[in-house]
Amino acid sequence: MLAHAILSGLVFGCYFTLVGLGLNLIFGVMRIVNLAHGDVVMLGAFAAFWLFALIGLHPLISSLIVLAIFALLGLPVYYLVVPRLLAARDSEMLSIILFFGVQQIIEAIATIAFGTSERSIPGRVLGSGPLHLLGQALPVAWVVSAAVSLLAVALVYLYLYRSRVGTLTRAVMVNRDEALASGIDVHRVSALAFGIGVALAGLAGVFSPFMLGSATPAMGGDVNLAAFAVIVIGSLGDPRGTMLGGLIYGVALMLMQTYMSAWANLLPNLLLIAVLLVRPTGLLGRQVRRA
Amino acid sequence: MRRGVREFVTVALPLLAALALAPLFYSNELLLFNFIMFLILAQGLNAIYGFTGYLPFGYVGFFGAGAYGFALAVMHLNASPLLAMACAGVAALVLGVVLTPLLRLSGAYFAIANLAAAQAVYQVISNPALQDVTKGPYGVTLSSVFAPALSYGVALIILAATLALIAWLRNARFGLALQAIREDPVSAAMAGVAVVRGRTIAWLLSALIAGLAGGVFAWHISVFYPETAFDLSFSIFAIVFTLFGGAATQLGPILGVLLLYGLYNVIGITVPQYFQLIYGVLIVLLVLFLPDGLASLATRRGFRVP
Repeated sequence: MLAHAILSGLVFGCYFTLVGLGLNLIFGVMRIVNLAHGDVVMLGAFAAFWLFALIGLHPLISSLIVLAIFALLGLPVYYLVVPRLLAARDSEMLSIILFFGVQQIIEAIATIAFGTSERSIPGRVLGSGPLHLLGQALPVAWVVSAAVSLLAVALVYLYLYRSRVGTLTRAVMVNRDEALASGIDVHRVSALAFGIGVALAGLAGVFSPFMLGSATPAMGGDVNLAAFAVIVIGSLGDPRGTMLGGLIYGVALMLMQTYMSAWANLLPNLLLIAVLLVRPTGLLGRQVRRA
Repeated sequence: MRRGVREFVTVALPLLAALALAPLFYSNELLLFNFIMFLILAQGLNAIYGFTGYLPFGYVGFFGAGAYGFALAVMHLNASPLLAMACAGVAALVLGVVLTPLLRLSGAYFAIANLAAAQAVYQVISNPALQDVTKGPYGVTLSSVFAPALSYGVALIILAATLALIAWLRNARFGLALQAIREDPVSAAMAGVAVVRGRTIAWLLSALIAGLAGGVFAWHISVFYPETAFDLSFSIFAIVFTLFGGAATQLGPILGVLLLYGLYNVIGITVPQYFQLIYGVLIVLLVLFLPDGLASLATRRGFRVP
């Protein structure tokens, strides 16, 4: 039972890394908190559900479509909102309130359009029967979702550390003003990062029916808390930290669900507070605290 | 200080008088009570957000702690309502003290940690494992102390005290010190302001106000569920009302509550999604074009908003 909890925790950890990755990228590059992240995940879930229910599209194919469309949708949102926001006095704080407004808009429109009923995609779509891994039986849908997540994490890593735009992006992460002064087109780099962040949230959404249970327009809030816990444990702004945070979160969640299931939903909140108080920079992080 | 008294007399007294007399002319007392409750919450949030810049996204945690402080005192100690109100205040204060270390975090980290803390308190109280103590997710019934007229009066007294506190903060040394901390903690400390003590006092006052609001809410409606008492909308409404009117003023949050909660009652109850949509758009526009609220329209032209 312990081995099963740990192994499924690692599998879920890969998925939770994906859930936190987009949020972390946007925070790292722009220092703004996308509180609507969970609702973008919800939109991804509904996109996958409708593509499957209406034309029977396989979720792996929908995930490519969602990635492209969500990235394109992210760009206009960036140019409408973010430059103005970053010019404000306290942009980090205002971004929370602003994206809270965006979250309300998305949730309201989704409720009007889809109703409040729960939507799900059967797990056998991704493959039937349990998969035996290291002596433990796990549903195939979990393993496929985790594999896609790992692939996405690897691609983001390659983007940041092995491409020219990635180097520029990391320069903006370290110091926005100095990046601007050295001639980097900060807005283009940021817009790209914003689009990628939104697309990653959508991708996480496509696999959420298999990992988080059925989709409803109100699911965004819980997803947000999990994503925040993951990236705060890792450390805000650092994609390698997100992986560490995701794995810790996944294993802790599975252990709680196995041994103390009544209290399992307390976990993200307690982990978040504990890490912020004991080591507010996250496990790999830099300075976030003052006075 | 004399200006503080004048602000209280010109802004708060007419409002309090109107709310005290309103039940004689208008029969929906619950609606009037809700107005008073949101006025208290918006001003309580103003005390911490307006004067120190900390945005408590989990402000509802204190409200819920107060509501359950009241309920547990009535259910388990058979306390009289006024004693139970004191328990409500104490419950919120204790939670405030427990969460004081969060003040070490800055900006977004504080807001997120505070939100997580409020959720954690909710999950503990609503947990079926604690059904013997809190009745878990099944909610509490306090019909034995139900007294709508009396609790309405007590709510008005709490509102009066809160408004007096804000008028005092705006004009006393302590409030000015807090605003100096908000603008620049390091410079304030250099100028001899006790930064940590100032923040902590503002935080606990703000927690106490929300706890008392929660207590009187529990008393007035007397039947409620944990998800009612810990509804995140309380935090959100209080934040948006305060922001809309203008933080760190007395008049701003009052205008915010009267206009926006009024709007909510006209269209929000029948079609909540459309209200949510309007609300979201309003918040986005507010942050982008009027981040200092309605009051800034007047202050920009050189008027002093009380």
